[in-house]
Amino acid sequence: MKELMIGNAAVARGLYEAGCALISSYPGTPSTEITEVFAKYDDAYCEWAPNEKVATEAAFGAALRGKRSACCMKHVGLNVAADPLFTLSYTGVNAGMVICVADDPGMHSSQNEQDSRHYAIAAKIPMLEPSDSQEALDFAKLAFEISEQFDTPVLLKMCTRVAHSQSIVEVGERVEVTKPYEKNPQKYIMAPANAIRRHPFVEERTAKLVEYAETSPVNRVEDGDGSRDFGVITSSTSYQYVKEAFGDSVPVLKLGMVNPLPVKLIRDFAAKVGKVYVIEELDPVIETHCKAIGVDVVGKEKFSILGEFSQKSIEKAFDMADKTAFRLDTDVPVRPPMMCAGCPHRGMFSVLAKNKITVLGDIGCYTLGSMPPLNALDMTLCMGASVSGLHGYNKAGGEETEGKSVCVIGDSTFMHSGVTGLINIAYNQSNSTVIILDNSITGMTGHQQNPTTGYSIKGDPAGKVDLESLCHSIGINSVRVVDPYNLEECNKVLKEELAKDEPSVIISRRPCVLLKYVKPKKPLHVNTEKCKSCKRCMKFGCPAISFRDNHAVVDPTLCIGCGVCAQLCAFDAFESEVE
Amino acid sequence: MTKNVMIVGVGGQGSLLASKLLGRLLVDEGYDVKVSEVHGMSQRGGSVVTYVRFGDRVYSPVIEAGEADFIVSFEKIEAARYVENLKKDGTVIVNTQQIDPMPVIIGAAEYPSGILEEMKAKGVHVDAIDALDLARQAGSAKACNIVLMGRLAKYFDIPKEKWIAAIENSVKPQFVEMNKKAFELGYSC
Repeated sequence: MKELMIGNAAVARGLYEAGCALISSYPGTPSTEITEVFAKYDDAYCEWAPNEKVATEAAFGAALRGKRSACCMKHVGLNVAADPLFTLSYTGVNAGMVICVADDPGMHSSQNEQDSRHYAIAAKIPMLEPSDSQEALDFAKLAFEISEQFDTPVLLKMCTRVAHSQSIVEVGERVEVTKPYEKNPQKYIMAPANAIRRHPFVEERTAKLVEYAETSPVNRVEDGDGSRDFGVITSSTSYQYVKEAFGDSVPVLKLGMVNPLPVKLIRDFAAKVGKVYVIEELDPVIETHCKAIGVDVVGKEKFSILGEFSQKSIEKAFDMADKTAFRLDTDVPVRPPMMCAGCPHRGMFSVLAKNKITVLGDIGCYTLGSMPPLNALDMTLCMGASVSGLHGYNKAGGEETEGKSVCVIGDSTFMHSGVTGLINIAYNQSNSTVIILDNSITGMTGHQQNPTTGYSIKGDPAGKVDLESLCHSIGINSVRVVDPYNLEECNKVLKEELAKDEPSVIISRRPCVLLKYVKPKKPLHVNTEKCKSCKRCMKFGCPAISFRDNHAVVDPTLCIGCGVCAQLCAFDAFESEVE
Repeated sequence: MTKNVMIVGVGGQGSLLASKLLGRLLVDEGYDVKVSEVHGMSQRGGSVVTYVRFGDRVYSPVIEAGEADFIVSFEKIEAARYVENLKKDGTVIVNTQQIDPMPVIIGAAEYPSGILEEMKAKGVHVDAIDALDLARQAGSAKACNIVLMGRLAKYFDIPKEKWIAAIENSVKPQFVEMNKKAFELGYSC
């Protein structure tokens, strides 16, 4: 049966058809849908783990036990999972194990543009890289075969375009795979004596995988029509752009396995086509390999190391005609993403901005608090860094910073890696104030459950971490809970906690307005008699409020009646509809 | 010959359903189809774009400058933002709704008035409709996306009944009648 599927759904389908019995993941754009789609299959287990390291280790446990397993994450998630990754290369697997990682060239939704292929090389783990949804499905299945044949975890690398583009796939049936579990300390206990013996195995395995790469259909040569005097080596979505720009005219070596890379195949291709261009997004990984094996290629000197490619970037590099037909003279204002109308984060940010507090931020929707007009953040680095960073900031700043700085971190991010930073604050006693923005969901990635919500990925009741008790138990004595829709309360508690000479936590608790169970109240409207056009409400950055005909206007289709603007207005101009 | 449709708008306006409907219809018509959009941060009220490409064999999932046969825009300035992607003989179908982006809300930029007129003056074929009003007539402001799909259908050779069938397959049963009405209003206005 033919279906239109995004690449991530096709990966999920491929994993499922291959008999994958367990997926453990942490959400992260553009990888999230693999796990969400897989969760809809009833005959396999699926979960959100607190972070990618835990997810990878859980998947390994299942593979050790004899069931095919997978874990999924975004590129920066693989940094968190790097610890198990490098040693899993040594232990290998029992049943197959696939690690799906999705890169984000162009940084549509990420804090950096790192190239995951470096991990495959560094950890000496094979990596497959599909270029559309059908390949995503096929490669997910192939990954398990390679995993078991070569006794290694396999990385399946997606990128934003392949992950989120729909193309047609042919689906198949599921097979069940179980391997017997046998205790094998020499293979699975990576203490020095055993690890020393496993390292040669890893090197021999890589040599065998290079042999595989030379002849496997996962890497293929497409002959051109003879009209061009060059050939292209490419992979992933770049392959599609090459075909779009050149059609079938150019000979192409299309690599589906990007680690390890073949040697003879590349040399033979180069000898046949003459001049070779390597077209790959981000870092010159294939290019460097080609040059190392003595094949002269043109790569990053012609094609950018930055951002996403398209057919246009290739056409431009080859001086093909620009197809642009229309250009306007008017500058269209940018439309950056922003916090939603009624977002509970906005109330807390307006209080922080008003008090001119230094705010170390974290990864989530609340990163949008850095945007104008709130401009409420000073730093965002990676998951959990706000809490650990604030500790160091205050240890260095002492009394100069302690009463004037906080960090903000969401409930899911706090579970991911904020809690370890808080343990450091409690243990090494920095006078820091940590604000947990608890909106009862993992918001930015599109509403995933997490250990604080009390529900599993399938929406069933699950264990629930009590944030207040957790903070108390690790040694934080002062734990306060506020409602971010109540600005006065937030302001009061913030000042009290900043004044204290001890670590403290403020939990700013209110569910995300986009959650289905959150029922909006009636929209507010502006009493134009009362509005003095002071524009104070415009500094709040609510998308439902704009300024027209010299007074504020509320868009009733966006306003959810949170009433925070009414608290900000000095003239009581925002009024609730009379019931 | 590959045909290219861009669906652009503001995060949260319902372009996802429009592309789902169109993708499904085109697969059923026997085309090779690619639909591409970016999920995640941009969905939070930001500018969003979906590429729909169909033909005998589609490679790239994206539509670049000068390649779009149609731009279906849910908002006025979003049509202008992507007009560089339009082919010389392409068509812009635009909902005349104005949604202020944050720089306009905070007074850092002006909402450009007369942007559709400028496009027309440059020779762009602009088909402007008040899709929001038509959607409300159909029963819900949320049906804007289907009104616009109705408008797009006018330019396609695919029989109307097949579009209606695709709507029936893409929306919840209780919303089928309302969406059929929205489609009809877009098609015939």
